[in-house]
Amino acid sequence: MPDKPIEGEKRVFMTGNEVVAWAALVAGAEIMYGYPITPQNEIMHYWTRLAPKYGREFLQTEDELSAGFTTVGGVLAGRKAFTATAGPGNTLMQEPMSMAEAMRLPTVVVIQQRGGPSTATVIYSQQEVTMTTLGGNGEGLRIVYSTATHQELFDYTIKAFNTAWKYRFPTFVLGDGYQAKMRESLTIYDPASRGIELVEAEPFLGKPGVPGVDRPPTQLRNTYNVEEELYEVLEGYFKDYEKIAPEVAEYEAFDVEDADLVVVSHGVVSRACKAAVKELREEGIKVGYFRPITLRPLPVDAIRETASKARQFLVVESANGQMARLLKEAAFGCPVEMLSLFKPGVGITAEDVVSRVKEIAG
Amino acid sequence: MSVQPAMPKSWRVDTKPHKFCPGCGHGLVLKALGQAIDELGIQDRAVFGCDIGCSLLAWDFFNVDTIQTHHGRTTPVITGLKRANPNLIGIAYMGDGGGYAIGSQHLVNAASRNERITVILVNNTQYGMTGGQMAPTTLPGQKTETTPYGRDPEKTGYPTQGPEMVAAITREGAYVARGTVANLRQLKNYLKKALENQMAGNGFSFVEVLSTCPTNWRTNAEETWKMVEQELPRYFKVGEIKVPGQKEGEANG
Repeated sequence: MPDKPIEGEKRVFMTGNEVVAWAALVAGAEIMYGYPITPQNEIMHYWTRLAPKYGREFLQTEDELSAGFTTVGGVLAGRKAFTATAGPGNTLMQEPMSMAEAMRLPTVVVIQQRGGPSTATVIYSQQEVTMTTLGGNGEGLRIVYSTATHQELFDYTIKAFNTAWKYRFPTFVLGDGYQAKMRESLTIYDPASRGIELVEAEPFLGKPGVPGVDRPPTQLRNTYNVEEELYEVLEGYFKDYEKIAPEVAEYEAFDVEDADLVVVSHGVVSRACKAAVKELREEGIKVGYFRPITLRPLPVDAIRETASKARQFLVVESANGQMARLLKEAAFGCPVEMLSLFKPGVGITAEDVVSRVKEIAG
Repeated sequence: MSVQPAMPKSWRVDTKPHKFCPGCGHGLVLKALGQAIDELGIQDRAVFGCDIGCSLLAWDFFNVDTIQTHHGRTTPVITGLKRANPNLIGIAYMGDGGGYAIGSQHLVNAASRNERITVILVNNTQYGMTGGQMAPTTLPGQKTETTPYGRDPEKTGYPTQGPEMVAAITREGAYVARGTVANLRQLKNYLKKALENQMAGNGFSFVEVLSTCPTNWRTNAEETWKMVEQELPRYFKVGEIKVPGQKEGEANG
């Protein structure tokens, strides 16, 4: 059995779902629990073809509730377990991920967003932002990476396992149907060849020794008897989250220093925005580009700094303002005017962005 | 000085007395399970998973690694754990609501896949923790908070025959039995065999346990015992239903 799925690096031309399967392999994922839903199916298809060659496991469960809870079980046993889902599957996944949040379990979930609400389309959207960042009953103590390219899908899937096991918050890679299904070129690599150290997994349950004799038993619960008991636990979690947020938060920006208007977007839509900003700059229009890479936690300081320099934010989303709501909260009190280009469930082109900016500029 | 009955070695003494209502059957089931764990010497590698509902009160019951999870989801959590580390002995402990209503899809599919785990389902014919509503196992005519005039099978069906269902959908290698807190020696024997079946890697093991809920049954001690000893077995036959290596019809109580 070969040790390493990838030696050094390799230039490839792949679909996003295939990229995720390779990234999970090189990240040391040991077991995937999954349930079919479009557009993430091929993650499982590639995983089930690749995994046995490297001694990794797979289980196709009866539904997403089970896929989420078996992933939780795998993590409890000390394995790097993950799952992938979309749309109504993401809805069902909120129950197990809420438990992972309650118990601080390093689960990794890849979401390939589709249209909503409910079944809607199986193709594409950015409508799972609210659910992925804040879903479940609770406070949304999670980490969510929103990827824009296949290269990022690879990089951030690897990173998601490291972030999850380092900080012990449920971690999501938020892609979409376009990223899942389209093919583009990227470099896949062995993380070690780039000096990326993989965080080791360790068991929560079933550690060596006899519980109660050699060590105290590990007893995890997510039920508390009184309000104060829960409050105390959550206070600790909030403190931890607040502390790690600046370390975890990531963004990408350019041309914001002198911009009157900054185009803000995330995920695949940012590619159209990036092209539009470059085009508008060439025409001499002072626009900037800003993209949160982590939607949870948001790069709040960078958003506030940008929002206090620019006069206007143009928020561009394939959703009806799901990221915009997060931005408004982050930029609260900043004198920036929030403008929008929302096309829920529909792709956005550079031309759409250019014409919207020109419309605003008059 | 009074002599206290011996607790199982695998019980966690500092969390006793336990938190179940007086007269509740859970303490008895967990005693039988504790004895089975002791006798098999698996305290070091058993993982106990409990559900939401009354079973969650067992989250710190044993000196055994424990995970308390969601309504009906204990089966997939233990399945995921066992698949990730087959050396562990996974025990999923739940009530009739968790196993036969909200989480029935997990029970059915884990059984169909012959997962190498042990599921213990405590059947007290109603939802205890939420205040005594109808369960899939509520007896015809039984009064609960949501069947105040008695369960009418014409409207809500007949009590779920869980072990019979599991026996029907599992293949060779499964162990299926129904015990009762009215016969603890037999119950311990069933639980032990269910765990041994997992240890041998044979397949899915399932034990339903007929149990008491005097709080929601609104019964006194005498009537409670009459209910569990006489009424429940009229609908739920106590005995072994499927034993690996035995031909159909050979299994017995």
